[in-house]
Amino acid sequence: MITQAPNYSRRKWADRFMRGLTVGATTLALIPLFLILGYVVLRGASALNLAFFTQAYEPPVVGAGGAIGNAGGVLHGIVGSLLIVGLALLMALPIGILAAIFLAEYPANSVATAVRFCTDVLSAAPSIIVGVVAYVLIVQRTHQFSALAGSVALTVLIIPVIVRTTEEMLKLVPSTMREAAIALGAPKWWVTLTVVIPTALSGIITGVLLAFARATGETAPLLLTVLGNNNVSFKLLEPMAALPLLTYKYTDTPFPAQNTLAWGSALVLTILVLSVNILVRWATRNRMK
Amino acid sequence: MAQAEHLSPWQTLQRRTKHGDSLFWLVTLFFALLVIALVFAVGYVTWAGSSEARARFGISFLFQTGWDPNAQNFGALPAIYGTVVSSGIALLLAGPLGVLIGIFLAELCPMRLRSSLSFLIELLAAIPSVIYGMWGIFVFVPFFRSAVASPIAKSIGKSVPLFSGPVATGRGVLVAGIILAIMMLPTIAAITRDVIAVVPNHQREAILALGATRWEMIRKAVLPYAQAGIIGGLMLGLGRALGETMAALMVIGSIKDKISSSLFGGGITAASLVASELPNANNSLHEATLILIALVLFGITLVVNALARLLVWRTSRGPVGNIRA
Repeated sequence: MITQAPNYSRRKWADRFMRGLTVGATTLALIPLFLILGYVVLRGASALNLAFFTQAYEPPVVGAGGAIGNAGGVLHGIVGSLLIVGLALLMALPIGILAAIFLAEYPANSVATAVRFCTDVLSAAPSIIVGVVAYVLIVQRTHQFSALAGSVALTVLIIPVIVRTTEEMLKLVPSTMREAAIALGAPKWWVTLTVVIPTALSGIITGVLLAFARATGETAPLLLTVLGNNNVSFKLLEPMAALPLLTYKYTDTPFPAQNTLAWGSALVLTILVLSVNILVRWATRNRMK
Repeated sequence: MAQAEHLSPWQTLQRRTKHGDSLFWLVTLFFALLVIALVFAVGYVTWAGSSEARARFGISFLFQTGWDPNAQNFGALPAIYGTVVSSGIALLLAGPLGVLIGIFLAELCPMRLRSSLSFLIELLAAIPSVIYGMWGIFVFVPFFRSAVASPIAKSIGKSVPLFSGPVATGRGVLVAGIILAIMMLPTIAAITRDVIAVVPNHQREAILALGATRWEMIRKAVLPYAQAGIIGGLMLGLGRALGETMAALMVIGSIKDKISSSLFGGGITAASLVASELPNANNSLHEATLILIALVLFGITLVVNALARLLVWRTSRGPVGNIRA
């Protein structure tokens, strides 16, 4: 005969209570996610029109009854972000991918351990510190805020992302492929460049996309380096606008038209970050299983 | 045979690099070392850039209040207080929640939902911090001020100075802590989930066979095993909060010269102080002081993160991949 332990009912309720608590915690965490996404989509959508994408800064005009008119668009921010992040990717890609090849293709050694530790340090370092370094090295020396300084800061911030994802992807390439190519007489570097990299290419691209999303949303280091600019500028050695900077700048202004631009910029950034994350998840869905 | 011993150094080099392998190895080694050099460069540049401030104040300015760049009067205590208190509040709020979420995702969640829920939680980490700050200013701060801060300040706040008014704009240390908590939740949840996932199944099976409930299994068999890693996850979350700049800058109220006794009062964090003042620093001592604050912040986050990594690595017996911390 099965008898119940005397405290069974208390234990059962404790079990239910704690399990319920974990469900509650997860639900609670999703509330801010949906609130933030909901507000950004709803308020941002009303900002997206032709002027938003085709105009730069316009000084707010006080019209009849104190209403604030046209606030222009964020074309300067879009152009600036693309240039700054594009340059950062150009600099970070060779460094990150070659360092990752060193980690994945050569036998484990103490240098590799040190590199892994350093990528962890870099990815955990507050982005503002990297901004300070770019400020001291470039802005102070040249006495000029510049898009280049911003790109350098973003480069340092995304190198760890690229190194880590590329290393993981290179390690997923079956060693039989390397062995087959080496057996045919190809030197190791040729095997790496023509067999291993092309096989891992889709994975490497997902890493680059993640790096792109991370760099585009970064704000603090840009505040110290590219400063901002009210006009569309293509000069890399001068201050430039960037989308996250506009979000920041237009949030704390008394002009509702500029606040709307801030929501619009936030929506563009969010769509970018979300689509990259969803794309990456979709592309790596088989590897996760 | 004898010839081989008479190769000139140049010939040896040629033979060694004949297939290009050594050369390629050297190139990749160079870029790998470059990554290491970057970390040292960050340390060195902030060290060298802050020399003027270090010579002038030494360590003492970390414990002084008062902030007036024009009078060259600098005290970093309000920034340190703001950083520690807002991150502490964030850890108190997000710590238990994040661990519970990690437990749910790893142990209790139905298989079908597991990866989608993990993805949604991790999306919180992908949203740029400036958007948290903006949402904080437009949505959360007004709500918090009228629904929470004002009523509390008018009732409890009359006798407890920690919650006293006035609740002016609503921006303050407590609000910053709450926003930071939302931002560090995904880090804590993801690492808790991952370290719980590496707990061997025989631990669970053994205690279930003894008649334990699911929760008893988690508390007595799983959590002790994953404990060090979970603490590591909490510290990684803390590291993220300590260095968070934009969201803190936007909602904390930017009071730089004094410490408010109330959590509803404004403050400043180290990172947000640097972000708001360095671009328009008005003299070299001001710059050096801000760089020194950045150096201190770098040192603190370095120690916190290194300890955290060590704990997580030890638990999962190897580097944890794909955790965006």
